Amino acid sequence: MSTPATPIWEVFIRSRSGLAHRHVGSVHAADATLALQAARDVYTRRGEGLSIWVVPSNAIIASDPADKEMMFEPTASKIYRHPTFYDIPDDVGHM
Amino acid sequence: MYSQGLNQAETDDTADATRAARFQARIDAEDKIEPNDWMPEAYRRTLIRQISQHAHSEIVGMLPEGNWITRAPSLRRKAALLAKVQDEGGHGLYLYAAAETLGATREELVDQLLAGRAKYSSIFNYPTLTWADIGAIGWLVDGAAIMNQIPLCRCSFGPYARAMIRVCKEESFHQRQGYEIMLTLCRGTPEQKAMAQDALDRWWWPCLMMFGPPDTESQHSDTSMKWKIKRFTNDGLRQKFIDATVPQGHFLGLTFPDPELRRDEATGHWSHGPIDWEEFKRVVAGGGFCAADRLAARRKAHEEGEWVREAAAAHAAKRAAKLAASKEAA
Repeated sequence: MSTPATPIWEVFIRSRSGLAHRHVGSVHAADATLALQAARDVYTRRGEGLSIWVVPSNAIIASDPADKEMMFEPTASKIYRHPTFYDIPDDVGHM
Repeated sequence: MYSQGLNQAETDDTADATRAARFQARIDAEDKIEPNDWMPEAYRRTLIRQISQHAHSEIVGMLPEGNWITRAPSLRRKAALLAKVQDEGGHGLYLYAAAETLGATREELVDQLLAGRAKYSSIFNYPTLTWADIGAIGWLVDGAAIMNQIPLCRCSFGPYARAMIRVCKEESFHQRQGYEIMLTLCRGTPEQKAMAQDALDRWWWPCLMMFGPPDTESQHSDTSMKWKIKRFTNDGLRQKFIDATVPQGHFLGLTFPDPELRRDEATGHWSHGPIDWEEFKRVVAGGGFCAADRLAARRKAHEEGEWVREAAAAHAAKRAAKLAASKEAA
């Protein structure tokens, strides 16, 4: 390789006032400022956003999809965490 | 001055009429204020105070219910109560994190609580004497909290509003599990029903006080309404709560400890007797039956957790050193 690999950044966009930023994709850029500009050019060409976050991809700590069962399966049996688990007669109305 | 993560915002304590006007115009237009936006210092302070008090309430609120986890009458009830108390801990976390976006640190907020300098909801200074209190708390205390929190989902400060949306979603089971306990007791033996009645008698008035002082005496109401931190007045929310709750209590076959409670046929609202605001002031000021106990329990938990925090920091430092060494070697 003649030049060092360009860092990759994850892009998050707030689409409407009040909403949380959502992941939309990635860009390559040499630094944070350029990443923000690249994200603007790539991901907001049709008025998709009000605000952009860029985060170095290597700053993201992800769970391993292979651990999916170990991580998430136990909640399947905890049905008492859901409102529908509790019997409230219809006459009582919405609760 | 953000403690964690977000960009540093330029803040200027001197009144800036133009920025203040633009800020208010955004609020009026139902725009959300985000941590990096300019905001008046008083807005920032008000939110740090309110969100941290809310967070403290979630954490202290784990204590009266935690008191009954080991004595829940069945596995079903125990699992549900455990899940509920676990939720409250998570809610405290969301709220401290929202307060941190305003420049406070969780450590200083927790220190304020432990030093007795921060307030939390007065309701948690009342004792949970019987199992029926767990039913009454879910039905009434969570019912009142939900009434308060639903309008907060539309609060003008984005991180607080988003935290509230998640909290409300998760809490939807809390009130139902409480009401189910009350219903079971009320359909049980006369002794069980008496227990439910006793719990309602003790919790009703303190729950009405959860909405805060009457509008005529509320210190922070006007500015909070102008800033759309609050959407309804204390008395307005209290009335909504009473209107929703009284029929639920009658369905249980219970009576409310208020001889003046009656439905106004013209308006459809339930009118109530006078609230003992002296008691409220006493309890908020730390005079509640369990106030000393609650703070002592929080301090003990904090002190006993010290070694865990130290061990985590030491472990992280060790791992970082190892990683640095392996990079050097490579």
